[in-house]
Amino acid sequence: MREVAVLGVGQTKFGELWDRSFREIGIEAGLQALVDAKLSSADLGALYLGNMASGSLIDQEHIAPLILDYAGLVGRHLPAFRVEGGGASGALALHQGYLAVASGLYDYVVVGGAEKLTDVPDSAASAIASSAADHEWEVVFGATLPALWALIARRHMHRFGTTREELASVPVHDHAMAAKNPNAHYRNKLTLEQVLGAGPVAEPLGVLDCAPFSDGAAAVVLGPLEIARKHTEIPIRIAASQVASDTMALQHRKEFTTLASTEVAARRAFTQARRAPADVRVAEIHDAYSISALVALEDLGFVDKGRAGPEFASGKFGRGGPLTINPSGGLKAQGRPFGAVGVAQVVEIVRQLRGEAKDRQVADATLGLTHDVGGTGATSVVHLLERAS
Amino acid sequence: MSIARFWRETPRRYNLGGSKCTNCNTVYFPPRSVCPECTHHRQSIEKMVPFQLSGEGEVLSYTVVHEPAEGFEMLVPYVLALVRTTEGPVLTGQVVDIEPEGIRIGLKVRATFRKLREEGKAGVIHYGYKFAPAEEADTTPVARSPAEPAPEPREPTRARA
Repeated sequence: MREVAVLGVGQTKFGELWDRSFREIGIEAGLQALVDAKLSSADLGALYLGNMASGSLIDQEHIAPLILDYAGLVGRHLPAFRVEGGGASGALALHQGYLAVASGLYDYVVVGGAEKLTDVPDSAASAIASSAADHEWEVVFGATLPALWALIARRHMHRFGTTREELASVPVHDHAMAAKNPNAHYRNKLTLEQVLGAGPVAEPLGVLDCAPFSDGAAAVVLGPLEIARKHTEIPIRIAASQVASDTMALQHRKEFTTLASTEVAARRAFTQARRAPADVRVAEIHDAYSISALVALEDLGFVDKGRAGPEFASGKFGRGGPLTINPSGGLKAQGRPFGAVGVAQVVEIVRQLRGEAKDRQVADATLGLTHDVGGTGATSVVHLLERAS
Repeated sequence: MSIARFWRETPRRYNLGGSKCTNCNTVYFPPRSVCPECTHHRQSIEKMVPFQLSGEGEVLSYTVVHEPAEGFEMLVPYVLALVRTTEGPVLTGQVVDIEPEGIRIGLKVRATFRKLREEGKAGVIHYGYKFAPAEEADTTPVARSPAEPAPEPREPTRARA
């Protein structure tokens, strides 16, 4: 297996992009990444595209060749793949692209993630989000994706004493971070009182505990580390790429306050990279709901089980601490275009590791982590990225 | 959802028919054809037998849903819970015949046959299990977390079935 590096990154603005189509945003992110990598399209080997629900959202399946076509790359008849894993689709696509380069099958691949959510009403987008849960045994009985995460939240509160205010500290943190991110869906600051006073979605979660439905796309170019310096001054090595799965329905888990898939993916990733959670300086973690971020901090090994509430609310994961969480603003504030999220997390970490994150720059960013989740954790994906020495 | 897609799960959704692995005695709902506990050794293949759940259980976690699932718009707000049955499997379902304020972790409940949702005015009506309290529900407002004071008592608004 070859070492794999990220050679270029690209990302559109996230948000309600009324005037832009799915193919436009997909192409914009991909071409940005190709230019950033100084890669001629003649060298490209394949496209991997993370997308959760284009069929339901824009009545269009078969989107990977579509994006290649409109990116002007049709002439070489490249292989193109769509990868789906609920909200973790983007990170799953990255894993596939990583394997393709590591194996030697292709030298250079583009991994994209794109989702167009605002072409359907909010109620339809909610139903589509919930389709990442078990339709037959959860949704049919009245469950929604936020309701299932609320069940996790209530159990976490019951077992560990986690408070409503500690949950609310997550969106407050994310919005403060996104204020410095020009691509973010929301750049306004939030107060704890605003989060606590927002209308309920599924108690204890309110509207401001939940990430928005956004349009957006992100892309990265991957290539062999050994020739990475031809393309970039600061190659970013993929130190680990790990995927783990779990039961489709939350009800079939042995534990309801932990995502075993995240625990396992993280353990495998730290083993692969021969590093420990304490080595990570910057992380983009799954925070589709406030509780998701707290559970993730525990499952990734950044805090002891049950301690995420008080530790996060203490403010220690802000910029300037030993570990900065979600400098982009996370899913909550940068935005949540399902299939684009996992790729955008990597774009942010690459910019941090290169020292190109401007106002958002985390000092001494050497090792970064990304964490993407589908549904209530039937899929978790963890990547570790570091500056190549 | 097509008629056939819902209809084929009727024995499970109407009658709580699960399955049991005769190799390790673990009970599953909905029924499984392979036992996750025994799959390493393929010992469970063709050893899963039907098993009837009693419908008795207790609440492991709950939420009061305000932004409903499709087809549940008329029921808002409704209580949704994880219920551990006495036989072991955990089910996701609504808890009805209780004020949202009365729901708590540990509440004993019993499955009850109800209308789940309808697909529009002319569409299929789905039936299945929900849960109702099997003990006197404590309707005194309780603190929902250590740092949160108990809510003031208010006029009962029964969660609609």
